[in-house]
Amino acid sequence: MAAWRALRSIAGAPSRARLGGRVVQRIAPYRSPLLVLLLFLLYPLVDHNAGHVNAAADAAVYVLLALGLNIVVGFAGLLDLGYAAFFAIGSYTYAFAASPFYGLHLPFWPMLLVAAIIAGVFGALLGAPTLRLRGDYLAIVTLGFGEIVPTVFLNLQKYTGGTNGIVGIDQPVLFGYHFGFNPVPYYYTLLGIIMLSVVAVLRLRDSRLGRAWLAVREDEIAAASMGINLTTTKLLAFSFGAFFSGFAGALYVAKLGIVSPDQFNFTVSFTILAMVVLGGMGSVFGVIAGAGILYEFQTLFLTDLTQWSHSLGAALHLPLLTRLNFVNLKFLLYGLGLIALMLLRPEGLFPERRIKAIITERVSEEIPPGDVTEVAGVAGSAPAAEGTPPREYAREE
Amino acid sequence: MNWVLFGQQLINGVSLGAIYAVIALGYTMVYGIIELINFAHGDVYTAGSFVALATLVLLGASGHMAAAALAFALAVTFAVTMLVMGATGIVIERFAYRPLRGKQRLAPLLTAIGVSFSIENLLQLWMGPSPVPFPQIVPNPFFSLGPLTVGQMQLVVIGSSLVMMAALQLFVHRTRLGKAMRATAQDWMAAEIMGIDINKTIALTFFVGSVLAGAAGVITGLFYGNIWFINGFRAGLIAFTAAVLGGIGNTTGAALGGFLIGFIEVMTAQYVGFQWATVAVFSVLILVLIFRPTGLLGQQLPERT
Repeated sequence: MAAWRALRSIAGAPSRARLGGRVVQRIAPYRSPLLVLLLFLLYPLVDHNAGHVNAAADAAVYVLLALGLNIVVGFAGLLDLGYAAFFAIGSYTYAFAASPFYGLHLPFWPMLLVAAIIAGVFGALLGAPTLRLRGDYLAIVTLGFGEIVPTVFLNLQKYTGGTNGIVGIDQPVLFGYHFGFNPVPYYYTLLGIIMLSVVAVLRLRDSRLGRAWLAVREDEIAAASMGINLTTTKLLAFSFGAFFSGFAGALYVAKLGIVSPDQFNFTVSFTILAMVVLGGMGSVFGVIAGAGILYEFQTLFLTDLTQWSHSLGAALHLPLLTRLNFVNLKFLLYGLGLIALMLLRPEGLFPERRIKAIITERVSEEIPPGDVTEVAGVAGSAPAAEGTPPREYAREE
Repeated sequence: MNWVLFGQQLINGVSLGAIYAVIALGYTMVYGIIELINFAHGDVYTAGSFVALATLVLLGASGHMAAAALAFALAVTFAVTMLVMGATGIVIERFAYRPLRGKQRLAPLLTAIGVSFSIENLLQLWMGPSPVPFPQIVPNPFFSLGPLTVGQMQLVVIGSSLVMMAALQLFVHRTRLGKAMRATAQDWMAAEIMGIDINKTIALTFFVGSVLAGAAGVITGLFYGNIWFINGFRAGLIAFTAAVLGGIGNTTGAALGGFLIGFIEVMTAQYVGFQWATVAVFSVLILVLIFRPTGLLGQQLPERT
């Protein structure tokens, strides 16, 4: 307690250097993400292989999806197994609004936001009936929704194009520049949206609502008795989560030019979930890494691995190796990987520090020493102000 | 309204529901005892179909066999499949679920999904991505029941399901092991204090549930004539719906729920359109969970976190 007060007085002491230092201080924790962002900005300039950039742009769609699902699963602790449903709703929203199917050709950029908002609204609508359910029931109901939504799009042939889906979806135009089939502008658009999303998600996490999500995740009953409205909190988690999938959906179909119900089956929900779990539930930068790694793994690495094994098999005269196709093994590897991850490293590859503390059940007694300085930095502005990350509260007993 | 058509569909609904009921028993038993939705259960059922097919092929079974040889081949197939699936259930529990028992609540669910996905894809690797024909070795003559007709296979499906349900009821309510299972489901800590081996009891639950799923898998293959690696996903979800509808944790409820869901699915297919059948079933699931989360026969509220 005494050390705490001392730190506070030091940090609270006025000093001229702090004004400029403050900006640095705020950016400092994000040094490495900013560096990584710079690398990604340069990437298409270095790699002229359109296929690679295209894969990177598709991976970026999954990064957005993972960011959204992370709000539901990682922050609020609600296991959503039907996340592809919202992805489908966002995708179809843009497809309806900008394709020859209905003869509408609304501009892309406002529709991007509209698609996200509509997906967000459906997030709340579909979330509403699940609120009374505990974790595993919730999982199964969302799984049901994940099946119902594509089936509805499939069956309402007159309004959605049925199995054939909708083709000839308009491509985005920015200040007279047509995106066309060149992956590079999509890549940069996605990168920009991801950047905004990351900032938004981080701000959201540290907001009152975000702290309420974490509280609900940790202990629903305790959270409720502290005055958190469970209904609103959970609904907003579903809604915000779905919002990001709407972004992803509109961008995805605008890039692809076609939408059909089979793009949104359970394997999609499962893949996004695997990305979130791999990266580390609740960890924003973790799930981004998880999505990127898994996407590149399935599109590039498995194809390469198949080719290697074929040429190795041909060289060594091993017919078994030439027949292996690792791309077909993708979902088996995901399934086994998920089991292994849960057994060996349930917090994911890049866990949020707080999640790790919870999973290993080492709450509040021992917080890594790095936190002390961080506490001082925050305490300088105003102790326990809005925006204070929740983990500091553990120190305040 | 065409009552003959309705009656005919009712028979179809009951035979479909009988299979769902048997699968639902496995879900409800496992949920009752460790409060885990065993997502892999539907895939264990489909794996049962595949093992049965392999066994029949190994035995060289065909429709031209003598009745006695055919009965023998079927008996062997059932026995092998049920044992293999039972063992699979034990293995899944031991290596995927037991290490996570009592841990943070998302982890076991995610593991269950992982197991489900792994089984599906192993089956796909084994017999390919398309539906596989299953030998139609049991003669399937039709009997008339007044204006209605009923196939012999339908009678076999309904009859064998009822036998299995009755056997399970006897096992759970009349044997020592069944008593241990019920005690563990009620309060595992108290059960352990009373000297019940919790690990063995839970393994036994998985064994029994998987044996039933395996048997349902054999019956499905014989009845529908083709099997597909992905079947278990949908069937599992529907059977889980049946278990919830009947009241999860309640074996009688699971059976009742199975028949009701079969009825709903068949009637939706007949009167609304077959493509809406799945939507109807999942809508039932959602409605039940909103308005009566305890299910039809359930007692305890699913509230514990």
